[in-house]
Amino acid sequence: MREVAVIGAGSTKFGELWDKSFRALGIEAGAKALSDANLGGREVDALYIGNMSAGRFINQQHIDALIADYTGFANKHVPATRIEAGGASGGVAFRQGVMAVASGMHDVVVVGAAEKETDMDDSSISEVLSATADAEWEAGMGLTMPSLYAMLGRRMVHEGLCTREEIAACAVNSHHHGTKNPDAQFRSEITVDTILKAEPVAEPLTVFDGAPISDGACAVILCPLDKAKEYTDTYAKVSAAEQASDTLAMFQRRSSITFEATKVAARRAYETAGINPSDIDVAEVHDEQTVGGIMALQDLGLYPVGKAGRAFLDGDTYFDAGRIAVNTDGGLKAKGYPIGATGVSQIVEIFKQLTNQAEDRQVKDARYGLAQSVGGTGSAVTVSILEAI
Amino acid sequence: MAMVVAREWREIPGRYNLIGTKCGCCGRIFFPSRAFCPDCRRASIGKMEEFPLNRRGRIYSYTVIHGSEGFNARMTPYAVAMVLNDDGVMLEAQLVDVDLSKIEIGMRVRAVLRKLDEDGDAGVIHYGFKFVPDE
Repeated sequence: MREVAVIGAGSTKFGELWDKSFRALGIEAGAKALSDANLGGREVDALYIGNMSAGRFINQQHIDALIADYTGFANKHVPATRIEAGGASGGVAFRQGVMAVASGMHDVVVVGAAEKETDMDDSSISEVLSATADAEWEAGMGLTMPSLYAMLGRRMVHEGLCTREEIAACAVNSHHHGTKNPDAQFRSEITVDTILKAEPVAEPLTVFDGAPISDGACAVILCPLDKAKEYTDTYAKVSAAEQASDTLAMFQRRSSITFEATKVAARRAYETAGINPSDIDVAEVHDEQTVGGIMALQDLGLYPVGKAGRAFLDGDTYFDAGRIAVNTDGGLKAKGYPIGATGVSQIVEIFKQLTNQAEDRQVKDARYGLAQSVGGTGSAVTVSILEAI
Repeated sequence: MAMVVAREWREIPGRYNLIGTKCGCCGRIFFPSRAFCPDCRRASIGKMEEFPLNRRGRIYSYTVIHGSEGFNARMTPYAVAMVLNDDGVMLEAQLVDVDLSKIEIGMRVRAVLRKLDEDGDAGVIHYGFKFVPDE
């Protein structure tokens, strides 16, 4: 297999973007990434697009054709493929793009990802989100996505693995970094106290434990590592792009306070990259709910079980703390959570960090960056590792 | 979300009566029922037996939901729980007829048949199990 490089990246601003259509968002992200890689567009061999639910959000299926058409690639009949894996849609799309280049099938690939949620009313949006759990045996029984995470969180507190305050601190970290990211939906600090006292959603979690409803799109450009220099001097190596599955319904697992798929994907990723968790300088984790952020740091092996919450509370996860910087773009909580776009958004941030383009939130001397993308309650997880060149 | 009637009645054994399956090779119990055992794989095909689950168990974790959609929006606040039943099988369902402030991990509960959802005024009514305290 060939080694693969990320040679360009772009993101729209995330948020309630009422003046921008799904098409407009996709075009903006794609154009930014192509221009970042110094490409005109004629070089592109294939498109991979992560999107969870345009079919329900904007009543549009066949997203592959839509994006190929409106980004001008249908002119050249470039193959386009849409990938859906719940919240991990973008992460899985990235992996498909990496595989296409690594295999030799394609040379220059665009991995795009987009979600347009706010064309739908809030209550219906939540219903679409809950459909990433088991529609028959979880959503159909009255369980919601936040309620599933809430039960994990309550159990973790019960077992003494973290405190309620430590869980909330995951959002404090994300908001702190959101203040430094111009593309973030929320650019204000938040305190543990504000989170605990906010309107409850699924006890003990409140409205500020969860990522918001967002629109947004992102794209990255991939090519063989040995050809990267033909296009740009700012590129990063893809050291690993791994993926693992688990049962669709959370209650069918043998363990309920870890996502086994994260552990398996992470183990494979460290092995492929030839590194240890302690080599990671910056990590993007799926904090759809704060509880997920704590679980991620433990399941990825970045912190021992029972220590991840404390890391958030003590600020060890800040970009300038000199430890493993976490969610430096604001994470899903503060940058925003346009579901299918998230996995690629994480790669955009890691790419910026490893190429010294992260400006006010730049992690010093970052060499290895990791991104973890989660579908449902850990039913699909991707773990990707990029390395600075 | 409206469903056609077939989608409702074909799940009745599981949803009304908690009928799962037990692997004839390793003895592992599955709910909802599975066509084969993911551990024993091909060896288990044809050896999966119907298994009526014990309706009693203990709360493993729970939450009180304040924001929900559709039919359940009018039920808020309501509780849902992960329940480890007395066969050692984990289940998820709503927890009703309970003082929301008195729910605890470890509490004994049992499954009863209740209304889960409805497809509008003239559509199918969906029934299934929910948990109640087991005094």
